[in-house]
Amino acid sequence: MAHRIRGRKNAKKGFQFTLMVVGASGLGRTTFINTLCDADVVPKRECDEPEMAHVEESIKIKPYTVELDEDGIKISLTIVDTPGFGDMIDNEYCFQEILGYLERQYDDILSEESRIKRDRRFRDNRVHALLYFIAPTGHSLREIDIELMKRLSPRINIIPVIGKADTMTPSELVDFKKRVMEDIEHHNIPIYNFPYDPEEDDEETVEENSELRSLLPFALIGCEEEIEVNGRRIRARQYPWGVVEVDNSEHCDFAKLRFALLSSHLQDLKEITHDYLYENYRTEKLSLSSGEESE
Amino acid sequence: MSLQAESSQPVLQSYVGFDSITSQIEKKLLKRGFQFNVMVVGQSGLGKSTLINTIFASHLIDSKGRTQPDEPTRQTVEIHSFTEEIIERGVKLRLNIVDTPGYGDQVNNENCWEPIVKYIKDQHSSFLRKELTAKRDRFIQDTRIHCCLFFISPTGHSLKPIDIVVLKKLTEVVNVVPVIAKSDSLTIEERIAFKHRIKEEMAFHNIKLYPYASDEDDEQDQKLNESIQDLIPFAVVGSEKTIIVDGKTVRGRQNRWGVINVENENHCEFIHLRNFLTRTHLQDLIETTAMIHYETFRSKQLLALKENGQQQQ
Repeated sequence: MAHRIRGRKNAKKGFQFTLMVVGASGLGRTTFINTLCDADVVPKRECDEPEMAHVEESIKIKPYTVELDEDGIKISLTIVDTPGFGDMIDNEYCFQEILGYLERQYDDILSEESRIKRDRRFRDNRVHALLYFIAPTGHSLREIDIELMKRLSPRINIIPVIGKADTMTPSELVDFKKRVMEDIEHHNIPIYNFPYDPEEDDEETVEENSELRSLLPFALIGCEEEIEVNGRRIRARQYPWGVVEVDNSEHCDFAKLRFALLSSHLQDLKEITHDYLYENYRTEKLSLSSGEESE
Repeated sequence: MSLQAESSQPVLQSYVGFDSITSQIEKKLLKRGFQFNVMVVGQSGLGKSTLINTIFASHLIDSKGRTQPDEPTRQTVEIHSFTEEIIERGVKLRLNIVDTPGYGDQVNNENCWEPIVKYIKDQHSSFLRKELTAKRDRFIQDTRIHCCLFFISPTGHSLKPIDIVVLKKLTEVVNVVPVIAKSDSLTIEERIAFKHRIKEEMAFHNIKLYPYASDEDDEQDQKLNESIQDLIPFAVVGSEKTIIVDGKTVRGRQNRWGVINVENENHCEFIHLRNFLTRTHLQDLIETTAMIHYETFRSKQLLALKENGQQQQ
């Protein structure tokens, strides 16, 4: 597996990163995107007329690009939203749509690579990570969760997260996370689990990665508005029984995930996408076509 | 010619004592006990079992959720019926809880409501058959569903297409009471907006929810029903665990940022739902099942039988 490299020399040029977000509506996906970027990237879903509630909306793939500045490092972040996932009565179609999108980006690179005269400014739209939103049921994975992760993991780094995690108590969260990970292991679903080599990597790396691994699936809470708490303005959700702070690591894993995605593990995710996932796709695709030719 | 005055009720010369009929009835009913059949419908993980256990303040049913990795996901909707007798101050309540695990949990949920609607109709059918038997039981065991609690996922957006389809089908055959499950994930503002949307959508689709207006209602009944209709869908939180709040033991949920007291009206509407189901409308739920839903089923069946009979002649 690729090692994590801190690419400081690219600081001026900045990084490019593409993140896809998948989950049934109502799990806080859109809010998460806006919270991550600290801006209104995805417009708030305008509640349609009541006449539209029964209309089944099929999945749409919507990329948005934002320029972020992370401690002086510029990141051109593309977020691919997937509204409509899991919203229909029959959701078989969803998986193919997403898979098709991911593979199309790989196809673009493949054909660009094979060109005699290559475009220097070719835009790499490959998706480097997929955040999959799991509902906070308290049980284990649902069929749609298992199916999605199984089908997409060969093509993309999947990081499972729990949406609207503030609905769970700390002990429920611990149990749920454990069950979800056991379920993922049982079904042999390869997710991105912050890989490290205890023998080769330094202590700091091992510690950092094993901590992040232990947080999987990340418990997320999203909030776009700031409210005043104890004289400070912070992003938080106000309930009659208390205030949940988005950026507080005691309350949820948002801050840690954000740091991993946009700082510490950005390179690793990109490298795995290129060196491993894309390579596999390329091999499969090319051997398929050469297999056809030889017939 | 004077118009006859309002028919005057005869005035009793002395105490007769027929007013004790209410306690005579009560005595009979206490001996017989009551039967209440409630069904829960909703995706797994919405707290259905926990809510039932919270309403009746006892551990009655276990969650049917998938918890072990080697447990396969359910491929169809199953109907699990569970009966328990509970007693409160000498009043026996035979509680039958019908759980519907598997509903809404598959990738393809086409027709997942069919087993549920079929089960409800089967109970009407079985009751009708027993009624029509020449030599029938003195008291036919009532397995008809008196109340269907429909669990809405707290998305904060709107009803899902599947919710609309199922609500339409269910409200035709049973008293449906919708609840917003796990409402502790919604702030008060979000809750109000969500409820408003849901009500709009239900009104648009003409979904008839319990309680229904009736000619028998007096002003007090009407007011109560209106306040219930205002509250629906109930935003609930369930809990079997107890926590100490201000020295009192309450059922609630403890988070890092606070304690949710299930019985606090400012936190959620559990108390309203509980009172509605058990303290104000329990008898009415049972009665309207018999008088409205069963009657509708019965007349359809008997008409069909009659037509069949005529065709054969």
